[in-house]
Amino acid sequence: MSASSSSGDDRARHRQRRRQWFEREVERLMDRLYGTALRLTRHPDDAEDIVADAIGKAWTKLDELRDPDRFEGWLFHILNNTFVSEWRRRQCRPKMADDSETCEPDNLDATSFSLFQQLHQPFLLWWGSTEDRFLNELLQDDLQRALDALPDPYRMIVVFVEVQGYTYGEVSELLGIPLGTVRSRLNRGRTLLQKALWKQAREAGFTVAFRGTEGEPP
Amino acid sequence: MTGRELTCEEVIEQLFDYLDREVDSQRRADIERHLARCRDCFSRAEFERRLRAKVEESVSVRAPQRLHRRVKDLLDRFDADETNSTS
Ligand SMILES: [Zn+2]
Repeated sequence: MSASSSSGDDRARHRQRRRQWFEREVERLMDRLYGTALRLTRHPDDAEDIVADAIGKAWTKLDELRDPDRFEGWLFHILNNTFVSEWRRRQCRPKMADDSETCEPDNLDATSFSLFQQLHQPFLLWWGSTEDRFLNELLQDDLQRALDALPDPYRMIVVFVEVQGYTYGEVSELLGIPLGTVRSRLNRGRTLLQKALWKQAREAGFTVAFRGTEGEPP
Repeated sequence: MTGRELTCEEVIEQLFDYLDREVDSQRRADIERHLARCRDCFSRAEFERRLRAKVEESVSVRAPQRLHRRVKDLLDRFDADETNSTS
């Protein structure tokens, strides 16, 4: 056997091992990748597109990953970047210098609001707190609906920070916006989310037990 | 400034920064000390934490089989390209 063909075999084996490793890692993360993409894009088809796109990019850039233990964070970062550039591409007219607040409806009521304050009772109730009852009754479907209803610039920051654990600095870098904007959008996003949840809960008949008249022992 | 007592207002104002791990370790310790003593602020922090956990859970979705296949096909194509270009 010639030296060149055996080194060719080595290369092929190496390629195969790399592929197996990559595929195993990707398979392990697939549900979360898809779920994250779905929350970011809100559309199953778009979510599949950016996941496939991100995995393709990751595969072609795999040599840039120095530490295999950081694969997960690295891959999610590629996913986020893929989403952001795709979102930018589809965004507002080119005349817009940045993805400023003008991209979405201005009439959103984002005055401060706290779900907790709506729910909290200053006294102890024997059957447990209203906020516990609210959280226990809160369904994933309701939460997803409220989250999906947030305008893109707010929803994506909530997802980056609350789901992916990004720091404000990382979000600022990812989106190319100042820290102050990250803070204000995150704040506004949370406010809008809590308002939407409150509205949904009220519409579904959720009541805050008041002065011990409701839910009292028979 | 070591161990200054925070008021409830100050804690609530910084609650999200705290939950987002955006405060330094001294401030973190100050807030945690307050939360250990103040029932109201503690309930509020717990509520926000649990709500956030629900948001986190919202990405627990099953990826469709179609996507698994698509990714496999994609990698096969990359493999084929690579094999062709090196042989
Ligand atoms: Zn307090």
